[in-house]
Amino acid sequence: MLDLRLYMLQRLTALIMAPLVIGHIAVMIYAVQGGLTVDEILARTQGSVAWFLFYGSFVVAVSIHGAIGLRVISFEWFGLNGRALQLFSWAVFALLFGLGAKAVYAVTFAGVGL
Amino acid sequence: MIRPHRTHPLWFAFLLHRLSGLGLALFLPIHFYMLSLAISAPARLDGFLRFTDLTIVKLAEYGLVFLLAAHLFGGLRLMALEFLPWSPHQKTMAALAVAFAFLVSTLFFLKAI
Amino acid sequence: MANETQTMTQTMTVSIWRENGDDGRFEKYEVPARENQTVLDVVAYVQQHIDPTLSYRFACRVGMCGSCAMMVNGSPRWTCRTHVSKVVANDQLEVAPLRNLPVIKDLATDMDPFFEKWVAAEAVFHPSKTRHDPMAAITPDDPMRIAASEAIECINCAVCYAACDVVESNPDYFGPAALNRSWSLVNDIRDDGQDVRLAAVGSNGGCHNCHSQQGCVQYCPNELNPTLSIAGLKRETTKALFRRSR
Ligand code: SF4
Ligand code: SF4
Ligand code: FES
Repeated sequence: MLDLRLYMLQRLTALIMAPLVIGHIAVMIYAVQGGLTVDEILARTQGSVAWFLFYGSFVVAVSIHGAIGLRVISFEWFGLNGRALQLFSWAVFALLFGLGAKAVYAVTFAGVGL
Repeated sequence: MIRPHRTHPLWFAFLLHRLSGLGLALFLPIHFYMLSLAISAPARLDGFLRFTDLTIVKLAEYGLVFLLAAHLFGGLRLMALEFLPWSPHQKTMAALAVAFAFLVSTLFFLKAI
Repeated sequence: MANETQTMTQTMTVSIWRENGDDGRFEKYEVPARENQTVLDVVAYVQQHIDPTLSYRFACRVGMCGSCAMMVNGSPRWTCRTHVSKVVANDQLEVAPLRNLPVIKDLATDMDPFFEKWVAAEAVFHPSKTRHDPMAAITPDDPMRIAASEAIECINCAVCYAACDVVESNPDYFGPAALNRSWSLVNDIRDDGQDVRLAAVGSNGGCHNCHSQQGCVQYCPNELNPTLSIAGLKRETTKALFRRSR
């Protein structure tokens, strides 16, 4: 089920995400005070290479991490295996990566003429 | 599902890690979708953000932040278990991970309301 | 007389799993409630005094051979060393065959899959010397010797195997006992099969499936720590990966 390769990917993406998640929680605690608005979010993130890299690497890591995690759960708890399991894992990855990439683009560079 | 052989703290730590991971994986697509509205439909996102001012939604957010923090600290515990020298305090570490998650998410909740 | 009536009435009910090529079911038996008896004593009483067709397995009765493990009130135990008074719940005792293994009859399970996985996990010694070579000198304070010592008191009882949820949901998973044995061999400098062993424990059924729930640690009657051993294997396979890519 989980061989060395998937295990390593899971731990590697976890190690990448650990500091990013700590950062994300800190930003959340800071930003949530007084409520959130679109302008406030965009003012922070728009045109910023740093935030693009921050959220961008998170999206890459979380798509892999989430796909492997759901793969294990659907195998162990729901008996999915073989090709169906393979397809399911890739579909989860594609969904998370696609939506995540779109979101990162939207809050960083979408409105900015490059 | 919680059969007798499973009633020990580290099994519950495993269950929390799995369920928090599952919850986050289900929440993330929605989260990403809402954020991508920032450009295409900022008014709709703002409408949604106002909706998050409701106390009941704040409570749901509290839950989500708890899941995130629990998965983070629980994951760090597991990686320490795997890659650092063995600690005889496995149950304490699991309890600490939950305690930290609770602390951090409560801090978020207090700032949010 | 009064005394005898009293001894007679002090009984307890035990539910024992009966299965013989069918679906199986629990059956209830009245047995004497003695102050000092093990679960194995109770099972033996039923077989000797109530139903001689009851099948179960034991040999040493002193916690050496590892053949008497069963599910007792839902948890895996070595029955010859488990006192009824320690595990009885509301005067109820339920004895079933060990989890995660096929049942042969009643309480006797087929241990073949358990031991086949020891071989699959390369929990097998590969000698590097012959009898004509001098003995390897290993000092007691050698760190590898210490690591191996921590893992070697296994009696192959499969209690850990029955406690492990990954074994339950993943038929390929080698399980805690086999991987624990592999780890003790990883720490054996006389062994010549480390590459095949690390490849085996890094394969599909290998150590990376373990979720560190530590059910195995919780129940191992010899207080071994398969989770620690499996973490060691995870580290060694990771290191080997970097060695290979260099
Ligand atoms: S720690 Fe690993 S081997 Fe032990 S019971 Fe849990 S999953 Fe199974
Ligand atoms: S590791 Fe412990 S529980 Fe597992 S087979 Fe060996 S002695 Fe039994
Ligand atoms: S009968 Fe030998 S260990 Fe129980």
